[in-house]
Amino acid sequence: MADDLINSFMTGPDENGRFGIFGGRFVSETLMPLILALEKEYEKAKTDASFWAQMDDLWTHYVGRPSPLYFAPRLTEELGGAKIYLKRDELNHTGAHKINNVLGQILLARRMGKTRIIAETGAGQHGVATATVCAKFGLKCVVYMGATDVERQAPNVFRMRLLGAEVVPVKSGRGTLKDAMNDALRDWVTNVRDTFYCIGTVAGPHPYPAMVRDFQSVIGKEVRWQLAEQEGEGRLPDTVIAAIGGGSNAMGLFYPFLDDPSVRIIGVEAGGHGVDEKMEHCASLTGGRPGVLHGNRTYLLQDDDGQILEGHSISAGLDYPGIGPEHSWLHDIGRAEYVSITDKEALEAFKVSCRLEGIIPALEPSHALAHVMKIAPELPREHIIVMNMCGRGDKDIFTVAKHLGVDIAT
Amino acid sequence: MTRIDAKFAQLKAEGKKAFVSYIMAGDPDLGTSLEVMKGLPAAGVDIIELGIPFTDPMADGPTIQLAGQRALEGGQTLQKTLDMATEFRKTDDTTPIVLMGYYNPIYNRGVDTFLADAKAAGIDGLIVVDLPPEEDVELCIPARKAGLNFIRLATPTTDDKRLPKVLQNTSGFVYYVSVTGITGAQAAQQTEVAPEVARIKAKTDLPVIVGFGINTPEAAKTIAGVADGCVVGSAIVKEIAAGKTPGEVLDFVAGLAGGAHSA
Repeated sequence: MADDLINSFMTGPDENGRFGIFGGRFVSETLMPLILALEKEYEKAKTDASFWAQMDDLWTHYVGRPSPLYFAPRLTEELGGAKIYLKRDELNHTGAHKINNVLGQILLARRMGKTRIIAETGAGQHGVATATVCAKFGLKCVVYMGATDVERQAPNVFRMRLLGAEVVPVKSGRGTLKDAMNDALRDWVTNVRDTFYCIGTVAGPHPYPAMVRDFQSVIGKEVRWQLAEQEGEGRLPDTVIAAIGGGSNAMGLFYPFLDDPSVRIIGVEAGGHGVDEKMEHCASLTGGRPGVLHGNRTYLLQDDDGQILEGHSISAGLDYPGIGPEHSWLHDIGRAEYVSITDKEALEAFKVSCRLEGIIPALEPSHALAHVMKIAPELPREHIIVMNMCGRGDKDIFTVAKHLGVDIAT
Repeated sequence: MTRIDAKFAQLKAEGKKAFVSYIMAGDPDLGTSLEVMKGLPAAGVDIIELGIPFTDPMADGPTIQLAGQRALEGGQTLQKTLDMATEFRKTDDTTPIVLMGYYNPIYNRGVDTFLADAKAAGIDGLIVVDLPPEEDVELCIPARKAGLNFIRLATPTTDDKRLPKVLQNTSGFVYYVSVTGITGAQAAQQTEVAPEVARIKAKTDLPVIVGFGINTPEAAKTIAGVADGCVVGSAIVKEIAAGKTPGEVLDFVAGLAGGAHSA
């Protein structure tokens, strides 16, 4: 047993918030006491049965968990190889996996007596989830969103405002997710007493990467028993696969399988116009190198002088130059594989999902699906792939229409 | 003993408060910022903080953010920033230079290489905003071994329990951030600053310098009066952003220095 524990991939991070060399607490002194207080509160909540009972109750009655594990028959037949299951996290309240984590953080904020919640958002899914939970609990909510994203994700901006949140367009830098995160951190440094920063992905200073992973792990835990129910006791997936921007939906699916050596783990990054072309992508692991940003050491897109680069992706939710530190570690030790999918391949997969399974996926999981479409035909029929359908595509129809040359604006 | 230690010994002997000024290296261009830098000691600056531009300055307000952007657009690199120090040292071997910025450009260069290059360029100290004491093994300890001061920020959120940890590996001076917030945002209140400085001085023999929110000679005098000196950054950078000539910028700096030195 002792050996099993030592060899476990599930014991991280260490007391300094490190996964190998990745992670850590690279924040200014003003924020340090705040993240230490958060860590302390989270450690208490983690072993508090009443906290998890509250989470379970909200997950069941407010979010609609467990989300179905759906066998996709026509997709499986069309690809002619592995048996494909989709984890339907796009059916959650607010349309994505983001709310799994937001509920946990907002409950923590309430335990800590914080009355004002701030968040960053890219595509707007995390912002909408945060605005939603804040409305439910009567908390003040401020969402930072890059000015560029405010324009290209207008429906989500409207949703957040309907839910009572203040949406602040961020004009600094180039006005995308990374700049929104900078401004959220600036807000936090200024409003230290009453404010809780609700980070949307498995990145940022410790304890965020571990905490967000733990909240999202409900995805993989459900997959374990749901697959056993449908395929027989003890049956594990042969491959689990998910899209990665910061990497929270992927970490949530992967984490409960890290110590099952038979399970192949694949993360799919946004390849944009192609990883070979000059940084017109968001594939931090396949096209970046280790650096320090937003409180953690991880793989980053950066130039020769250590300046952070803006990526490109058709999906605003993947448009981030970094990735969660645990993914960087899993990449370096080889426990998980990371690949990239281009905008074009993701669009193709988007159409396939609509046509064959009647599911309009978000562009983020369309990346994962595109990789499933690449590997499934080569795999035997008894091979089981579980892919995380982490968000629905309502928010993306305008982007997709534009790329397909269809005008739906009028 | 670094140039920083020597400078404070000298100021103490003269009974004077320290005036520390911040400019962003390469803002608005390399030539102009070098000219301003060279003029700072004559304008009354005791210690020069030279900003390393970074794309994502998370603790800085709009003024310093834009200065960094101007510098990067002008082609400023970490090497060029070190070269500015080398150039400055040709005519001034006593005014301390402290590099201030974020960790990634340093990490990217390699800590050991960076420290050797910084030392060779005549740099005396480092302020790296996103390296709290919890990450001391990254740069703070190697920097001290290389003979550079690692200057830590203490803030209003640094309570008494935490203060010893913050002071532990700090050298040169302690930079007290007088407000919770970003650079250039609010004004520091003397009544709030004085007890905080006393709280820190009770725990360390290092000089305590106060920064954030100081933008006039009067404010420089008031704040320096309750500490060992003060730092002005955004207010000077604003002058540069407004397109003032190096001469005009240095006149403005001289006013601030006069304020601090009259305390």
